[in-house]
Amino acid sequence: VTAVYVALLAPALAALVGILIGRLRPRLVVPTAVAGTSVSLAATVVLATRAVTTDGLLEQASLDTVPLGGGLTFGIDLRLDGLAALVSVAVTVVALAVQVYSTAYLKGDPRYSSYAAFVSLFTAAMLLVVFSDDLFVLLVGWEVMGVCSYFLIGHHWEQEGSRAGAVKALITTRLGDVGFLFGIFVLGHAFGTFSIGGIVTHAAELNGRLVSDGLVLAVPQHTVTVATLLLLCGVVGKSAQFPLHTWLPDAMAGPTPISALIHAATMVAAGIYFVVRLYDVFLLSPTTLAVMAVIACITMLGAALAALAQDDIKRVLAYSTVSQLAYMLAALAVGSALASTFHLLTHAAFKALLFLAAGSVIHAVGTNLMPDMGGLRRLMPVTFATMTIGLAALAGLPPFSGFFSKEAVLGAAEETAMHHDGPAAAWTGWLVLVVGLVTVAVTAAYVTRLWLMTFFGQPRGRVAGHEPPAAMRWPLVVLAVPATLLGLVGLPSGWLPEWLAPVPVTTGQDVAQVELHLNLFTSGLSLVLALAGAAAVWRVWRRDPASDPSLALGRRRGALAHAFYVDDFYDRALVQPVRLATRSVRRTDDEVVLGAVLGTGRGARWLSGAIARTQGGNITTYLTGLLAGVLLIVAGVVVLT
Amino acid sequence: MSDWLLPLLLVVPAVGALALLLLPGAAAERLAVRLGVVVSTATLAVSVWAVAASPETDVEWVPELGLRFHLGIDGISSPLVLLTAFLTLLSMVYLLRIRPEAQRMRALVGLLLLLEVGMLGTFVALDLLLFFVFFEVVLVPMWFVIAQWGDDKVPGGRVRAANVFILYTVLGSAVMLLGILLVGLTAGTFDIVELTSRAGAGMSHRTQVLAFLALALGLAVKTPMWPLHSWLPDAHTAAPTVGSVLLAGVLLKMGTYGLIRIAVPLVPDGAQTLAPFLGALAVVGILYGSLACLAQRDLKRLIAFSSVGHMGFVLLGISTLTATGINGALYANVAHGLITGLLFFLAGAIKDRHHTADLDLLGGGLYERMPRLGGLLAFGAVASLGLPGLAGFWGEMLVLLGAFDPAPGLSRPYYLVLMVLAGVGVVLTTTYFVMVVRRVAQGTSFQAWKDAVLLRDATTHELVVWSPVVVLVVAFGLWPSWLLQATDPVVRRLLGSS
Repeated sequence: VTAVYVALLAPALAALVGILIGRLRPRLVVPTAVAGTSVSLAATVVLATRAVTTDGLLEQASLDTVPLGGGLTFGIDLRLDGLAALVSVAVTVVALAVQVYSTAYLKGDPRYSSYAAFVSLFTAAMLLVVFSDDLFVLLVGWEVMGVCSYFLIGHHWEQEGSRAGAVKALITTRLGDVGFLFGIFVLGHAFGTFSIGGIVTHAAELNGRLVSDGLVLAVPQHTVTVATLLLLCGVVGKSAQFPLHTWLPDAMAGPTPISALIHAATMVAAGIYFVVRLYDVFLLSPTTLAVMAVIACITMLGAALAALAQDDIKRVLAYSTVSQLAYMLAALAVGSALASTFHLLTHAAFKALLFLAAGSVIHAVGTNLMPDMGGLRRLMPVTFATMTIGLAALAGLPPFSGFFSKEAVLGAAEETAMHHDGPAAAWTGWLVLVVGLVTVAVTAAYVTRLWLMTFFGQPRGRVAGHEPPAAMRWPLVVLAVPATLLGLVGLPSGWLPEWLAPVPVTTGQDVAQVELHLNLFTSGLSLVLALAGAAAVWRVWRRDPASDPSLALGRRRGALAHAFYVDDFYDRALVQPVRLATRSVRRTDDEVVLGAVLGTGRGARWLSGAIARTQGGNITTYLTGLLAGVLLIVAGVVVLT
Repeated sequence: MSDWLLPLLLVVPAVGALALLLLPGAAAERLAVRLGVVVSTATLAVSVWAVAASPETDVEWVPELGLRFHLGIDGISSPLVLLTAFLTLLSMVYLLRIRPEAQRMRALVGLLLLLEVGMLGTFVALDLLLFFVFFEVVLVPMWFVIAQWGDDKVPGGRVRAANVFILYTVLGSAVMLLGILLVGLTAGTFDIVELTSRAGAGMSHRTQVLAFLALALGLAVKTPMWPLHSWLPDAHTAAPTVGSVLLAGVLLKMGTYGLIRIAVPLVPDGAQTLAPFLGALAVVGILYGSLACLAQRDLKRLIAFSSVGHMGFVLLGISTLTATGINGALYANVAHGLITGLLFFLAGAIKDRHHTADLDLLGGGLYERMPRLGGLLAFGAVASLGLPGLAGFWGEMLVLLGAFDPAPGLSRPYYLVLMVLAGVGVVLTTTYFVMVVRRVAQGTSFQAWKDAVLLRDATTHELVVWSPVVVLVVAFGLWPSWLLQATDPVVRRLLGSS
């Protein structure tokens, strides 16, 4: 457990030191931040090696028990298992890559010390989510992440976009988190504990995955459904799923390395991680699984279509993140936490890579807009090569990592659709399968558009591109390795199920028998669809390499570019009514309540006038009146007793 | 037993105030604040000792009235006693360098020490009439602090703000006194411990309802509960920085403390009947307060209104009549005292520098021209919106958890509705605090502020005063059992008797 403490405390300490000494010793800022994250990475690697040698390892530490009143308690508890170890390594690898990358990307930034400190604090908070064994402890990490995200999106607070994006991100996720908190209440109440381990064990006994040695207390179905749906609110907010997805594209106003770390690889995946953590509970409610499937399908396809028409390279990637997170949610909806986790890990690698590569492009050409890029292939060969790997993984082309993990998701959906034997309904399997396949084609299309508009054709920008400095180049190269290989390594050896042993990897099956397998039919179909999507864009582009292929969409392009006007709808349905309520409260307080006060004031003047007549006093008659009152009271007590 | 310890706790600041009165004018004026620091340090030391020893004093005072000088300290009063002594000390240290324009430090320090006597007395009193006396003692110095050292530019002027404050609270107190007399005379004793152990036995339901109504109304004015809150924004806006800090940090807590210590345990049947009303008004306060905050144009007024919302959470917690909810109320009390105390320090510092707290006149760019002050303001805002991991969260969470499962006899669906509405309040609270940060801290400065040479960032002296608060906010956020271990047994005892 010591290594868990080290992993948690090193970045937290780095954040604290960074805040305290930032202004006094600017030269120590970078070493502090990098050292904190490196130590954390080392610790998580130690944990991972231990987790792999100790089968299905479970280590728990209870630091404190907090009374909540009425006999309720919660524990400041940590847990370590294969899932936590694996995700923690992914988090710290990306965090370290981002810390190193940022030293060059934000070189000379006057507020680098607070930036680096928030990144460190974020890392610690994410690791707290990963290692926590109690819902409230998890919530602490969950929300601290959110507020770090808020501050980091607002890093360039001189710009209106950053300010608005930061506010939107925080408020939207808090909206989901209120539901999440209530979900914790319902869950804790139903299971009699807030301990994740306790709840999951109980739930596993209820759904028959674990054999209990005693009597298992039944939990009503509808209670579990209510609890999981409420928890899903928080998940949907954090993981930017419909209908709370709109904050993520706006969060792109933050510095690009932040987008890579927080808004692609880690924080947004925390929602998925949470469901995996409590998967036994979610499996108890087919209703919730069905809701998850519907949300995932709407988000998956909708976000992919929106990505097709964005001009800002980061917004393309943001919508693609939303869409890929929906794949993970869809995998959970059709009963495969394994496929979901697999996709979470490969996505962390290739999407972090993509954002950092996009940052490298933005750094070079000084704009986010793809219409102003073009022809960067020769000028930036390293960026081009690594980004191509990332895009291939995103599009799901073999042998890159994304292919395998996406196939695992589609395979799970096919399994549910054809041989329905878990709690997920067969129709959800069909839904995920069909929408997932369509999304594959759309994904390939927007990936191709991004690739062609950025790297091919004639340069359209004013600044000629150039390779970034080494501190930015190396993280790209390092991340390209897992983006390429994670799928290949992960799949055949079957190590992933073993790692995730405490998690129910798929439903209704014995852990040992589970392995990820490629379904030849869906794999072949999705590959054909991906190639078709890519080819369609390529054909449009070839006609005029200087123009935007998405113009071929015609009038429909507007709806896609505005992401189906969801934001405008929220503005009318939510923001304006709140403004109205605000105005009316102000009027009430100014006129009605203040009027009442003035009325009292008049009464007071009258009263003080009355007293003044007898005592000839001024404003201090109030005090006299008070003392007189007290005396009167005492006299009254004497008389009455 | 060291039964002189609690009287000593009250005597130390009282003697300090007296000394300032007796010392010759010029010398006292010069030494006043330093003496204040010494006295309030001594008071803090005694309060720490008292909390550690948890002594009790019970002597006859005015036997003809059955009035006893009964003082005691336990898990629910000790956090507030420490908070009082702590914030008073910080205010004194703050005054060492930063003084209100009206000067006259001898009088100000003397009044603040007198204020401390009243606040501490309220929290340790175990006799109803004694509680009332201390409750009232607080008013006089606070009236002077607002009326004499306040900001006269507020609409209506500082004297009017002070008058409205005292008018509301005195009227409230009169009603509360009726409740106290009703309870005391019906039961034949004013001893809180004795009355708590009886838990309303021997009082008819109607008497209990009446008594609770009277007590709660009086205490709710101080809290303040919507719609009795309208004295608060004016008083806070007008009060000098230290006045606002103590007003928000401690004075408001006297009301909710009274509800927990007296109203709920002494007349439990009355509480049971009226709790749903209390809960409803609490939730209205949460929503109304946060919407009002969204509309405010003045920073100090905004923080004042945020108190209406936060104290709404405290009241909601009490209205659940559960150990969880009341623990939450006590936690939120302490957290609000620290966080809002800090916010008023910061707002005061901003106002002193710019000679305005008007959001439009201030404009943005505090991060830019005063990064330390801006950063602290952001910290205060984040703490106040209830970020888990900082002190503000646990109180709100426990209150909501209490409302999720209210005491038997209260309607569960009704409280679930209240819980959800309070949850909406959480989101609105987040909204107005990020709006404050956006309007004040982010963005770029007005040219006038850039040109002003005298605009300094937070000084070392200010940081010395504020950093202990920041540390405590983080500590209470990361280690909630610190406080809950202390309050939980006492709260259960208070409720268990019912």
